[in-house]
Amino acid sequence: MSLQDYESVIGLEVHVELNTKHKAFCECSTAFGAPPNSQVCPVCLAMPGALPVLNREVVDSAIKAGIATHCTIEHFSRFDRKNYFYPDLPKAYQITQNDFPICTNGYVEVAAGENLRRIRISQIHMEEDAGKLIHHADGTEIDCNRCGVPLLEIVSEPDARSAEEAVAYLRKLRAMVRYTGISDGRMNEGSLRCDVNLSVRKKGEEAFGTRVEIKNINSFNFVARAIESEFKRQVDLLENDGTIVQETRRFDEKSGQTYAMRSKENAADYRYFPDPDLVPVRVTDEEIEEIRTSIPRMADERSAFYTDVYKLTAYEAERLTEDKEMSDFFETAVSHTRYPKTLVSLILADISPLFTEEMAEVPVSPSSLGSLSDLLGDDEINSSTGRRILKELLVKDFDPVAYVKEHELAQINDRGVLQPVVGAAVEANARAVKDFLSGKETALRAIIGFVMKQTQGRANPVLAETMIRELIAKAN
Amino acid sequence: MDYRSMQLQQLADGLRARDFSSRELTESVFAAIDKTEPVVGAYITLTRDIAMKQADRVDALLSEGRELPPLAGIPGALKDNIATAGIRTTNASRMLADFVPPNDAFVWRILRQQEMVLTGKANMDEFAMGHSTETSAFHRTRNPYDTSRVPGGSSGGSAAAVASGEACFALGSDTGGSVRQPAALCGIVGMRPTYGLISRRGVTTFSSSLDQIGPMTRSVRDNALLLDVLAFFDEKDAQSVARRTDSFVREADAPFGQPVIGWPQSYFELNDLRGDVKALLEKARDFYASIGARIVPVDLKTLDACLAGYYIISSAEGFSSMNRFDGIHYGRRSDGGNSLEDIYFHSRSEGLGTEVKRRILLGCYALTQENYGDYYLKAAKVRTIVKREFEAIFRTCDAILTPVTATPAWPLGSHPEEMGGGKYSNDRFTLPPSLTGMPALELPAGMTGEGLPVGMQLIGPRFSEGALYRLAAAFEDAHGLLPTPEEVKA
Repeated sequence: MSLQDYESVIGLEVHVELNTKHKAFCECSTAFGAPPNSQVCPVCLAMPGALPVLNREVVDSAIKAGIATHCTIEHFSRFDRKNYFYPDLPKAYQITQNDFPICTNGYVEVAAGENLRRIRISQIHMEEDAGKLIHHADGTEIDCNRCGVPLLEIVSEPDARSAEEAVAYLRKLRAMVRYTGISDGRMNEGSLRCDVNLSVRKKGEEAFGTRVEIKNINSFNFVARAIESEFKRQVDLLENDGTIVQETRRFDEKSGQTYAMRSKENAADYRYFPDPDLVPVRVTDEEIEEIRTSIPRMADERSAFYTDVYKLTAYEAERLTEDKEMSDFFETAVSHTRYPKTLVSLILADISPLFTEEMAEVPVSPSSLGSLSDLLGDDEINSSTGRRILKELLVKDFDPVAYVKEHELAQINDRGVLQPVVGAAVEANARAVKDFLSGKETALRAIIGFVMKQTQGRANPVLAETMIRELIAKAN
Repeated sequence: MDYRSMQLQQLADGLRARDFSSRELTESVFAAIDKTEPVVGAYITLTRDIAMKQADRVDALLSEGRELPPLAGIPGALKDNIATAGIRTTNASRMLADFVPPNDAFVWRILRQQEMVLTGKANMDEFAMGHSTETSAFHRTRNPYDTSRVPGGSSGGSAAAVASGEACFALGSDTGGSVRQPAALCGIVGMRPTYGLISRRGVTTFSSSLDQIGPMTRSVRDNALLLDVLAFFDEKDAQSVARRTDSFVREADAPFGQPVIGWPQSYFELNDLRGDVKALLEKARDFYASIGARIVPVDLKTLDACLAGYYIISSAEGFSSMNRFDGIHYGRRSDGGNSLEDIYFHSRSEGLGTEVKRRILLGCYALTQENYGDYYLKAAKVRTIVKREFEAIFRTCDAILTPVTATPAWPLGSHPEEMGGGKYSNDRFTLPPSLTGMPALELPAGMTGEGLPVGMQLIGPRFSEGALYRLAAAFEDAHGLLPTPEEVKA
């Protein structure tokens, strides 16, 4: 048996740090990067007698996430205490939702090859973050700024079957949090963190294998590598009569391997019970509807619309909708052009990194890009001129139509204008003509290049080639 | 000056009429403290200097003709689990012996605005876990009526301070009876209001779903006055509830009418209920009947279940609340170890007393995955059943009259610190209001032959404090205040 005979069964637990202005249970700021312990108060420091009060904004964010992932929004949910000792947790318990989460039974769809696959979400619950430990040679310091920052934990069913699907799911969730505006979804700043539950089984089998949890992975790339290496490790164990231990492992970024942290036997008993300081969270249908109408159309809906109306491929639509700003940009730009497909290839080739890599500004305006698409689509300019203009547009926005006119960049599509140039080109490149005639197709390039050079790149290269062929054929 | 014969309203009037100054009043109270405190031991921390400054400030304001709130210039005590910024708040624990909170509890903020004079922080059972104030890590408090006996607990310092005249009023906290029971044993009035009526913010949490702050005073109207000051909705306590009356004092003085008082026969048939306690309660019952109340027998079956349910819930919640006292975040850090686990282990072993450890372990046990269903969930069900039982009774009754304790104050050190013994069962009469969130008012029913106070408890439906005060005021008006310890001895 080999790796191909096995499949991985993957469930994901994703922590989303919400971008609410205040913490979940007090009024402290949640801003990232403040000096240690500058954003704390008696509540998040767990002073004796300090009491948490739920920030309703957190509930709104959870409802948005629930709606965007097709969950049932529960009218009744409740907070529990998860008790454990750790220096980053001043109360010695985390406020979380164990028994009654706010959102249940949702899903997201991810592209798997040609098809869409549904990854089910079992629940989304609200909880609070812990602080940060800063280790020095001579001791450890505690920064409580993150204590009490609101998190959503999104728990999937074990539906993903490969690293690609897991990563596609995570991309979908990142897009979701950005579309709804509940988080910036930045993995490198820890706004999106992921635990992977993975087991393996022989393809075609129904029963699940023993599950291993890999904790706290902080990039898509590492998630993929962790899954692949853990998959190999588990298959290897099974193939060599080993046993897989139910345990928690961590992924080491340097070695690309997972390492055991603790086994099930040593797992903590968190002694969950309802937090008596807080009242149950009640949500009305009216509130849910109000939030439903306030959130923008999600990626799935846009994606379907793009393939249907603009005839984009599933891949193109998926890529475009990965980022809400990019999708919004496309939607504005598309109203300025008759050539959506041309527009999409411009966006995906040259502009998408500006959105997905979170560069500050996209200098080109959607209308300019629409005009450029029209110029290209109408053969007003050729593609090399198009690239040249786009390069300029990415420095500073301008009107491409005026620019083309001003710099006389319009493509020469007129046979009459090109005739003498083509004639001169064939004459000047006798050697290339000879090579072409002896069967060397590529020799034509030199002749086309001559025409392009003579016209400062404005000749329609396709037309030029046709005319060169015609001329050579006629002459011989 | 003779402040002992005056109630809070009279003290307030006297201050405004300039019959005496706040300074005089405060010095008189501290004179009493100097005299009795060495024996009674009601306080952990005395704040004499602060008190004198506050008194002088009030006198200055009064001489400017300023209008001041009712408690201005009147000396009172706070239980030492109520956070007072800049004044150590020990919770009677070695763990927090040096803990000075940076913030004020909500109630202390109100009382500071009232310009009350703080005499000090009253002794208590460690972290409010206990019923005799003997679990205090500092010292025992003695009952002013018989200093060989306990004052009750956990708010035993507060009760003893008021009973002995070491404070004109005090605040306590009541989880399972910690205001009402010491108030009963020390012959004063103690109210546990509707759950949420007084903000818990800044009062060290023992058991969040049970903890309530309560006024402790010599008279019923003093108590109503104090509740009038303290009952404010606090949006930063998620369990806070808004009051439903402008004035508890006015409600205390409303016409008596023809209330229906429930008499839980089963409570009075318990073997450990002492005869003289029972007799005093029956006299109270007959008094109420004589002034127009209708006494109806009520059937309460849940008292024993309350005891188990209470200890499981309070210990479970207490376990969780107490874990922050780990030597890392809060509490004295032990020198006995370098690893994280060692610091936790030694700090908690050294810093916490036996009773607190016992409750933590009980709660920890009741909450394990294995035990949760058998203990915590069952206790939660008990709570629902008790609530329904009382709600049903309050469809036909305005109040229920019960004992507070089965016996008057017992000798110091006479109850073994062992769970399952008689120790906890003496607590049970106070438990149903705690579990149901209903208000219960304790007031003196009289004294035993040996001169020990006996209390009675009036339990009503949620938000019925006004009606309870009215019933209590009628009794107090007819019987007068209990003689003070000084008067008894004289």
